[in-house]
Amino acid sequence: MLIKQRLEESFFKILMVISTFFVLGSLLLILGTVLWRGLPALDLAMLTQTPQGGYYLGKEGGILNAILGSLCLAGGATIVAVILSLPIAFYLQLYSVPHFTKDWIRLSLDILWGTPSIVYGAIGFTLMIYLGMRASLLGGIIVLSLLELPIMVRGMEEAVSMVPKALLESSYSLGATRFETAFKVVVRQTLPGLVTAILLAFGRGIGDAASVLFTAGYTDNLPTSLLRPVASLPLAVFFQLGTPFPAVQDRAYAAALVLIVLVLGLSITSRLLSSRFTKNIIR
Amino acid sequence: MNEKSKFLKNREILSPHRVKSFFKLSRDRKDLAAHKTMRALAISASFLVPVFILVLYLRARPILATHNISTLLFSTTWRPNQGSFGFFPFIMGTLWVTMVAMIISVPLSLLTAIYLAEYTRPKIRAFVMPLIDLLAGIPSVVYGIWGVLTVVPFIQKVVMPSADRWLGFSPLFQTSNPTGYGVLAGGIVLAVMVFPIIIAVSEEVIRTVPLGLREASWSVGASRWQTIRRIVLRRAFPGVLAAVMLGFSRAFGETMAVLMVVGNVVQIPHSIFDAAYPLTALIANNYGEMMSIPLYDAALLGAALILLLVVLTFNIGPRLVLARISYS
Repeated sequence: MLIKQRLEESFFKILMVISTFFVLGSLLLILGTVLWRGLPALDLAMLTQTPQGGYYLGKEGGILNAILGSLCLAGGATIVAVILSLPIAFYLQLYSVPHFTKDWIRLSLDILWGTPSIVYGAIGFTLMIYLGMRASLLGGIIVLSLLELPIMVRGMEEAVSMVPKALLESSYSLGATRFETAFKVVVRQTLPGLVTAILLAFGRGIGDAASVLFTAGYTDNLPTSLLRPVASLPLAVFFQLGTPFPAVQDRAYAAALVLIVLVLGLSITSRLLSSRFTKNIIR
Repeated sequence: MNEKSKFLKNREILSPHRVKSFFKLSRDRKDLAAHKTMRALAISASFLVPVFILVLYLRARPILATHNISTLLFSTTWRPNQGSFGFFPFIMGTLWVTMVAMIISVPLSLLTAIYLAEYTRPKIRAFVMPLIDLLAGIPSVVYGIWGVLTVVPFIQKVVMPSADRWLGFSPLFQTSNPTGYGVLAGGIVLAVMVFPIIIAVSEEVIRTVPLGLREASWSVGASRWQTIRRIVLRRAFPGVLAAVMLGFSRAFGETMAVLMVVGNVVQIPHSIFDAAYPLTALIANNYGEMMSIPLYDAALLGAALILLLVVLTFNIGPRLVLARISYS
């Protein structure tokens, strides 16, 4: 009986170690594959030029349009999302909200988080047709900001909930209103958490392809106007992989490498940053 | 007080005059205005999902009016040119890919979550969890690239020949599609994509099981694994189920990565090596030309509506379960 128990114990323990290694191995495999295939195809021209004539046949050019386009899209969307979600997070955490309203808002934001990005894309495109807009940077920014909203609200709420009650109360006791407390005390106190939430949402926004597929379009030019179509990195990867030329497909791998470096760089920065920006924090 | 009620009566908060005078307002009234703005924002954000459903329903109504809903869902003919829209192959494609993904992902993620929550030292856990978070941050096109470069050749060169040799008797493993692009490739890529969701949620749930329960079990002589299987997992079961459902809904709605590896052939898959055509891929591939054929746009938005409603169901259930756990 005891031997059977021991055997069972070690059998499952080995199984667990194997599956943990499997999960971590898949991460390494993904990073390794993109690095191994993307690095040889990556050169300075890729990063500093826009596609020239015949780029999609394997001639010279780069993906500067997609890099800048993605930064504009995700940057604009993140700014809009911050403006929308900071008040929502403050409202949910600092003001006395009826219990039912609070649950309803949280549940719908959670559902919004789970909504597939292709659905955002489809709805965004439908509304744009209805309003007579063409695929443009503006459309992409609006759809992406809705996509980023729930992530950002959740992260900010978590950060704000960490603020000690005593700090809020001392601010109120000095005669500050809730509005003043929120934007003068809480913002400073939670800056690391807020920055983490913002970078997390930015990372999700920059990596999303399905929602910008129809709303932002694609172009070989650099982004110049809010009302023109704009290129993005995920779509650059997708379209270049779809061509039948190996040279262009190699560039898709290089573009994927650029994308993954951007996203993982952001994720790691946000981790490091959460220990910075602590100048104004009262402990 | 009189001032306040006057302000309350005046609803034109955004008139230019108001905006200009906002900066001259007294602190009290500023607070009140801020409160109202914040509430308006929060409440309008909470109505986004109902608005999405309404928009999709209104735009899908033409096809719901002319076609029977059971024909739409269960007919296998997809010929937009001739006006027949049967979603069945696409629904089956989505279900096949998602099921394969869950079959691969659930055991691996649960074992990993149990290991991280119950066995590892805090130091190793602090090292592994951020790595799993990184996995969650990788964009879906990168998963797609990985699928094309690694998973598809692996299936074509390794899995298919060995499945043919050892499991060829079962129709589940027989196919006429030699490319490697298919249900299994999509399933593997999706499985890796939902690892971080299932692991993170179920690990947290397992760690909320009170230590006292474990100690009681150990004190009567149960081994570690026995305690986990009979006490911890039983207690954590609703939460773990919620984690799995969240993973399922993520897999169900994923577009780009699946689209790149699943083969995109309109058919009902019969084996894990067959090509499939999930709902998400249907929308992504055909949206550009939907305006050229009558009812095509209504059909595609109907597909988006199906997707949204399924994901909605699979999101609400686990959220309610998880909310109950965290309150108790």
